[in-house]
Parts: sequence; C-alpha cells; structure tokens
Amino acid sequence: MPSSAPNNNGRKLLLQGNEAIVEGALVAGCKFFAGYPITPASEISEVFSRRMPEIGGTFIQMEDEIASMGAIIGASLAGAKSMTATSGPGFSLMQENIGYASIAETPCVVVNVMRGGPSTGLPTSPAQGDVMQARWGTHGDHPIIVLTTSTVRDSFDITVKAFNLAEEFRVPVIILSDEGVAHTREVVTLPASRDIEVVDRTVPGMPPEMYVPFQDNGRGVPDMSTFGDGYRYHVTGLTHDVRGFPTMKSEEVNDFINRLFRKITHGFHKIQMVDTFMTEDAQVAVIAYGSVARAARRAVLDARSHGIKAGLLHLITLFPFPRTVVERVLKKCRWVLVPEMNMGQMVREVKRVNKYPTHVEKYSRVDGHIITPDEIYYQLMKA
Amino acid sequence: MGVNRYEIRFSGSGGQGVIMTAIVMAEAVGIYGGKYVCQTQSYGPEARGGTSKAEVVISDQTIDYPKSIKPNLLLAMNQAACDTYFSDLNPEGLLVVDSTLVNEVPTDRVVAIPFTQIARQDIGKELVANMVALGAVGLVSHIVSLDHLEKALMARIPKGTEEMNRKALRAGIEAAQKIDLNDLPRSLFLNEGEI
Repeated sequence: MPSSAPNNNGRKLLLQGNEAIVEGALVAGCKFFAGYPITPASEISEVFSRRMPEIGGTFIQMEDEIASMGAIIGASLAGAKSMTATSGPGFSLMQENIGYASIAETPCVVVNVMRGGPSTGLPTSPAQGDVMQARWGTHGDHPIIVLTTSTVRDSFDITVKAFNLAEEFRVPVIILSDEGVAHTREVVTLPASRDIEVVDRTVPGMPPEMYVPFQDNGRGVPDMSTFGDGYRYHVTGLTHDVRGFPTMKSEEVNDFINRLFRKITHGFHKIQMVDTFMTEDAQVAVIAYGSVARAARRAVLDARSHGIKAGLLHLITLFPFPRTVVERVLKKCRWVLVPEMNMGQMVREVKRVNKYPTHVEKYSRVDGHIITPDEIYYQLMKA
Repeated sequence: MGVNRYEIRFSGSGGQGVIMTAIVMAEAVGIYGGKYVCQTQSYGPEARGGTSKAEVVISDQTIDYPKSIKPNLLLAMNQAACDTYFSDLNPEGLLVVDSTLVNEVPTDRVVAIPFTQIARQDIGKELVANMVALGAVGLVSHIVSLDHLEKALMARIPKGTEEMNRKALRAGIEAAQKIDLNDLPRSLFLNEGEI
C-alpha cells in the first residue's frame, strides 16, 4: 500500500524502498516514467501513476518492457529525464534497448529490483543474481553505470545520483535494488529539495547550423540538444560518425567506441561510490552490497565485540568496478569475504583485481532469503 | 544478539491483513513514537492464501539488519503460521494467537484471544480481525503507546471505516487487558515448576 505522500521536507515518513526511489526520481527532475508492473517493482509504477499527473509529468503503462525501454529513450531524446522500473524477467526484455540507449548516448535510469531467478523464479523473494546481467546484459562492448541500494534512505539518494550521472555522462544508469530493500519500510526524513544537487545534461550553446551532435570534447560527452529545439540530428543504433550517420570507417568507429569508454574512465572518481565501516585497522574485511551490506555491518560489530578486527567495504557502485578502494582493502587485510545472494558474481571482480596474498572467500545464499548477520559472523570466525 | 531491539512477527494466511497490521504498528512506533523502525514482509506469489508474514523491528538506534533475528513477540492468526514460526521465537518471547483458528498451542506462555470471533460477533465484520489482534499485540508488547497506535490506524485506513476499525482496535485492547502476563510462565519451553 504505497502512500501518495509527497516529499514533505523534514517530515517523517514511513516509506518502502520502492517509494523512496520514486521520491528521489522526482526530486532529480524525472518527468517521464514508462513501465510494466512486475513484483517486486510494481510499487514504483503504482506511485508514479499517482505522482506524475500531479507534477505535470507523464506516466505510461506500456504493453511490455521492450516498449517501456523504447519509450524512455524517446522521452529522453525529447528532453525529459526518464525512468523505467522492472525485475528480472522484464530486465531481460530491456537488454536490447539498453544497448540502444548506450550507443545513442541517451541518459535514462533503469531500476531492476532483483528477485530470485532464473526465469519467473521466486517473484516475491530477494536475490542478487542480476549483477553480471546489469554489466553485460546487452551485447557488444559498452560502458555502463550500475549502482545499488541497501536502505530506504539510500534508495532516495542513489536514485538522485543515478539521474545526475546519466545526465552528466549521457549513459543509461542501472539501479540494482532487491526485494529486501524494495519492500522494507523505514521511517525516513527526506532532505529539502534545495539541499539536493541536481545535474542537467549540457545542451548546445552554438547556433543550430554549427551543431555537430557527436563531436568529441574534453569530457568525451557531446552536448545534447533536445528534439524539437531546431538542432537537427540523426539518431541510430548503427555505429555512427560525429554527425550521427552510420559509418564503417575504421578510424571513426575506433574513435567512437573509445570515446564511449573514455567518458566513463574520466569520470571514474565521480562515479565510484562506496561506504567504509571500521576498515581503518581491519585485518579481515567483508565486501558487500545491497541488503547484504546491512547484515554485514551487524556481523562486523559482532566480530569486533569478540576481538576480531573486522571491517566492511560497502559497494554502492558496482560498475565501473570500484577497484581503487577494493585494492586498498585487499592490500590491507589478510582475509576478505564477499557474501552475495547469488552463486558468486562480484567475488569474481574482487578476485580479478587481487594482486596481493590476501585470501578472497565467497559466501553464497540462493534460497530466497537475505543472508543473516550470524552467517557472515560465522564466516568471519573462520578467517 | 541485538541489544536494544524489539522484534515482532505478524503471521497468518494471505488476505488476513497481517502486512497492514505491521504497517500500522511501524507507523505508530516510528512516526508517532519517534523510534527507529524497519518493517518487512514475506509472502508467496498467490493473491490469496499461502502463508503471509510481516515483521517490525523496533530500536532506539539505527537498525542495521532489517529482519527479525529472534522475535520477541509472535502473532499467529492461524494454525499453520503458529506451527511454522513458533520455533523462531525468543525463549522469553511471547506468543499471541487467534484462538478462533489456532487450536493447538505449543506453549503455556501464550496470549490466546479469539480475534476472528470478536471481529465477527462484536464488530460485525470478520475483516477487522487483524485490527482486533493489533490492539492486543499493542497492549501486551509494551513497546507502543496505545494512543499512537490508534492515531496511526486512523491515518492508514480508508475514509468511512474509522468507527469500525477503532472499535476493533479497542476490543482487542480490552480482551488483552483481561489477561495478566505475570500469570504466564517466564519461558516458552518450561513451566514454572520445572525451573
């Protein structure tokens, strides 16, 4: 039963993670939502369907997730900050058009509230099985930004951040929530909109006839004109030249693909977001994200109270992989645990960047239940 | 584990309104009472039927882990829920059952009240059995102000149903007032004589 309560500055609200995502999106300037309901993401659509008309925005319930993704790309090209929300089965259907958003450099935000899979799986249970799908689900080499949520309050903050990064770097941004975060209600006090940084895409300042739509610049992020503003340009899923028309010239193709990656590499330190907890003097560490990060925090406290120097690295950004902070933890600790509600996905990334004698251990739970603090604590005792 | 934590689990079958009960409790304690609170739920893919479970974790400090670890209070609105979740209870916790639907009770440390029967006979609508139960849980948990509970309830329900819901909540409180918790054994698993 999502409430339709608006972002009442300073007033306490009991909100679900899903509802906080809507509030964050609206504060970030989202004016267009297209989606198809699916457990455990339906509340996002439900609340948007009430809130969008109130602010003069657009809500469309589409025929499916393929069309939802197409709609938000179109809306974004027309100048509206746009979003869709789904869960595993719908996220699979969105992959093709996520690639389109990627090649057409269209800012948009896609929420995937993870549930048990594969296929229809466990619709009402949490999981973290879509991590690598979020990174590599659409075909071809492409950069992407993937953020995770772990509390109701950070669902709000991270959604704002997702819109900001999408606008700044002209990329689709994936928010990976999970059923645990999405359906947990917590009392939150949302910040006043004036205290929130909102980033908008850079629009061209030159006269329309001088506009070269995919012209490289220092940031690697071309100015983006709004369809209908008189700046004519061509949008295609084919690899294109700076004018937006298909090209097979090796130099142009090479420049284009490299620029797509360069803009993310250049922005890496802005995109890399983590939260560290008691890592200063830690000898063993947990690296976790999403719901599991909450259990890990409690496990670290329990371990500390039993004399184990434990710490937590909570990953908020999953991709680009926050390797600089992960490397710091790997360098410092002798033993690192990566608990996940999957058979081991982020742990591969951690192992990939481990240049030290540090032991990296995975811990998996795939039965539709959130990993408990006790389970993590037990693993830490074995370290 | 978990100093300063009070955990309540509401359970029953899908459609009995256990999630709504938990939401009202969470709002009473969190918004009106100013405590930290996490409310979670678990249910099957069915629209009706199947077991349904909702939890409220209450604390004076930020809550790290949002689900219950060892519930201090279990409300079981039917036999299946009682059988499934009883063993998770904290040994010093309290079991509250709807005695209309729970016939076999696994402990003497139980508050047994016929919530469904009260709702049907005294209020005239079986639908509000969950709110009768909420009144009783509110009283015996000692964790929420009954005034806050009623305020939170009034703010959540559809217009026009205030009187019925208020009556249901108060009926639950009254029924629970007749039970002296001091008369119950202190532990779920032992009778006083065995200690």
